[in-house]
Amino acid sequence: MIYLILLLEFLKIGLFSFGGGYGMISMMKETVLSHGWLSEAQLIDFIGIAESTPGPIAINMATFIGVSQAGVLGAALATLGVVLPSFITILLLAIILRNVMKSRPFTAIIAGIRPVIVGLIVGTGLIFVYSLVGLSDLSTFSFDYRSLIIFLLLALISLTFPRIFKKKLNPLILIAFSIFFGIVFFAF
Amino acid sequence: MLFNCMKNKLLEIFLTFLKIGATTFGGGYAMIPLIRHDVVDNKNWLNEEELMEILTIAESTPGPIAINVATYTGYKIKGIWGSILATLGVVLPSFFVILAISFVYEQFKDNQIIAAAFMGIKAAVALLILTAGLRMLVKMKKNWYSITVMILITSALVIFDLLVVNFSSVYLILIGAFLGFFLYYLEPLLFRKKKKEEEK
Repeated sequence: MIYLILLLEFLKIGLFSFGGGYGMISMMKETVLSHGWLSEAQLIDFIGIAESTPGPIAINMATFIGVSQAGVLGAALATLGVVLPSFITILLLAIILRNVMKSRPFTAIIAGIRPVIVGLIVGTGLIFVYSLVGLSDLSTFSFDYRSLIIFLLLALISLTFPRIFKKKLNPLILIAFSIFFGIVFFAF
Repeated sequence: MLFNCMKNKLLEIFLTFLKIGATTFGGGYAMIPLIRHDVVDNKNWLNEEELMEILTIAESTPGPIAINVATYTGYKIKGIWGSILATLGVVLPSFFVILAISFVYEQFKDNQIIAAAFMGIKAAVALLILTAGLRMLVKMKKNWYSITVMILITSALVIFDLLVVNFSSVYLILIGAFLGFFLYYLEPLLFRKKKKEEEK
């Protein structure tokens, strides 16, 4: 029953996603790969689209994965799943549990989780970088020099942009550059 | 009359968060200035202090920050219905935009130019995630626990990936929760007395 699986998987992702959108990408990756819903390349397409459309990344990803597997209803259930844990938690906190947030055991647990999240995001970033360059696992490596060049160009842009324009580089602008480089290097 | 007034307030909540959902890109912290502009400056639904408190709460509760803020603000102004409509408002624009795009994506993903564009986007995504992680790493409170755990988790994730081992991140988060509970709560509780005596 794909609808139920979508709902449950995204409930789980919603429940364990601390630290915003990027924190849940490693879990989304595990989920879509283990169910065979998407390939890693498709997942990265989806993340790129989620970054360049309005709204929270988590919602965009849930809707996209949901609709790709089970149409509009699938999208609705996946989105509901990813929203519900956070909705219920905040509601409970607002209504009754205000003091829980400041209690010692709770802050201790959060302090314990925080470096895990940082580790997960850095790890996911590294995995995406080396698979971009062509290393998918220890036995498969086909060097993709064009992707490496694009990556280095984008890194250069995101390092120099704040110095020249005195403001932070918007992800949208970075994606616009990446589309341009992608077409230049890969289309012809 | 009273009914109408209540209905209008709910509608106002819904529309405000609909606008936030439709106009914020990039998610997470990128949304905060816009949320502040609407919810704190324009509508006076929250004051700056409350917003700060919610953001702190949002960091330690699951789910997207925008959802957390919407749910809390909606509840504060108009109870359960307020929270439902605010959350719905923030979610709906994403939902419909992505739905529309997904159909277009299916049509055009095999087009040569589009496929090339996505090869470029792939590099941007890798860079965005890596820089988000590194930025969090810079901000992270650094002590022996957080540094050790962060390095261990990153290497575990990479090694599992390279060896094609399936191991859910959920377990890693649960291990972190357990370690935090033990080290920051139980350990000081159990051994604090001993340490004080030793210091004397």
